[in-house]
Amino acid sequence: MKKYLFLFSLLAITATASAQKYFTKNGTISFDATASGSPENITADNRTVTCVVDGSNGNIQFKSTMKAFTFERALMQEHFNENYVESDKYPEAVFKGVITNVSTISFGKDGSYPATVKGKLTLHGVEKEVESAGTIIVAKGKVTAKANFNVLLSDYNIKVPSVVADKVSNTAKIAVNCGLEPLK
Amino acid sequence: MRFSSKPTLLVFLILFTSWLHAQDDLLGLVGEDEPKKEYVKAAFKSSRVINAHSMEFINPGTMDFRILHRFGNIDQGLKNFFGLDQASMRMGFDFGLRPNLMVGVGRSTYKKEVDGFIKYAPLRQSKGPGSFPVTVALVAGMTVDGLPWSDPTRENYFTSRLAYYFSAIVGRKFSDAFTLQITPTVVHKNLVQLQTDVNDIMGVGVGGRLKLNKRMALTWDYTQVFNGLTDGYQNPLSLGLDIESGGHVFQLHISNSAGMNERAFITETTGQWGKGEVRMGFNLSRMFQLKKKKS
Repeated sequence: MKKYLFLFSLLAITATASAQKYFTKNGTISFDATASGSPENITADNRTVTCVVDGSNGNIQFKSTMKAFTFERALMQEHFNENYVESDKYPEAVFKGVITNVSTISFGKDGSYPATVKGKLTLHGVEKEVESAGTIIVAKGKVTAKANFNVLLSDYNIKVPSVVADKVSNTAKIAVNCGLEPLK
Repeated sequence: MRFSSKPTLLVFLILFTSWLHAQDDLLGLVGEDEPKKEYVKAAFKSSRVINAHSMEFINPGTMDFRILHRFGNIDQGLKNFFGLDQASMRMGFDFGLRPNLMVGVGRSTYKKEVDGFIKYAPLRQSKGPGSFPVTVALVAGMTVDGLPWSDPTRENYFTSRLAYYFSAIVGRKFSDAFTLQITPTVVHKNLVQLQTDVNDIMGVGVGGRLKLNKRMALTWDYTQVFNGLTDGYQNPLSLGLDIESGGHVFQLHISNSAGMNERAFITETTGQWGKGEVRMGFNLSRMFQLKKKKS
């Protein structure tokens, strides 16, 4: 009987471990690809980003629907989808990675923890290793994941034609901000 | 062994649960997004194929400033610099009100004509659940001739200056590269020159585009007129190249028509392709965002 109890409690523990996952379906990713000196801002944001974090092993994944990026100018949005990221062919960008220093983050305890995230970003059909420094903020059971990093458009086969090179930079500054809820 | 079979099962269960946790598809845990109905966009680079209205609408909150030029016949040679010395133009402003509703006004140097139109799509091509295969758009327009009366001695009515046109565009973006539309159109002229001329001229337009790359496309725009074309008047055929760069679209073309509104290009095209009576022309479109989209 003791054996059963032990095994059951083991099961229970694994079940609790699964409660250490956090997720959102309305995280924000914004980017800024404005060339220096450009008269127009090339910025957009997506407020329907899916993000799941597994606190037990540090696995972290994002999914961003490309057509959900909204721009100030409708025509920019159309060109973004049609000419740059080709949203019909490549409808979403996915990041799958891991928080390498997950052992130093206590998801159960309030605080702000620096985090290093490493993984693979798939964008415009191209998969590339990326690494970024970010922050995990825990406050009253809510977990917020933030990160800022740069992406070179040329790394992902996204070409900026020379006629708009004075407006659109090859470097996109990406900002991630996801407020996460426990995944039940 | 008989005794330990159940614990073994439990161990398996535990292993299985932890294996589930270790698998790397975290995104799968929160479920797939529901597929949504999505309207097909960018069937044409511009709201005009070349002369005729296209199935495409400009975005709501934007203004399209359009400058159109039609030159003289190319066959005049160097004397008139292949027609470039004789420019006729139309300046126009189009406004996007809804994703499927736009209006526009313009003025042409030819006949000092002012024109205006309203364009509305009751049905739009879409994909996903509840999709529809084609866009159906209706255009109603009016033109006002601004020339002095040809015979000021007789009694002239303002309504004599007016003509109307109604088009129904049925179009489909078959693929990223290929779009085709047919456009039955009727032009009504309040006043015609001769007693034998008809007031209602009917035709069907066929327009399309073939994308060459992300920023260039070949276009063609033809109208077969069924009645009312008197001697000397031809069916308009234009072949063009769309070039898009940022907020501009350049539509370069050659055509047998000099008209820049429906009344003019459907009922008053004089050039004959067979005789080389074609001219160069271009539409320049510059898009302005009037209303900021972001909240």
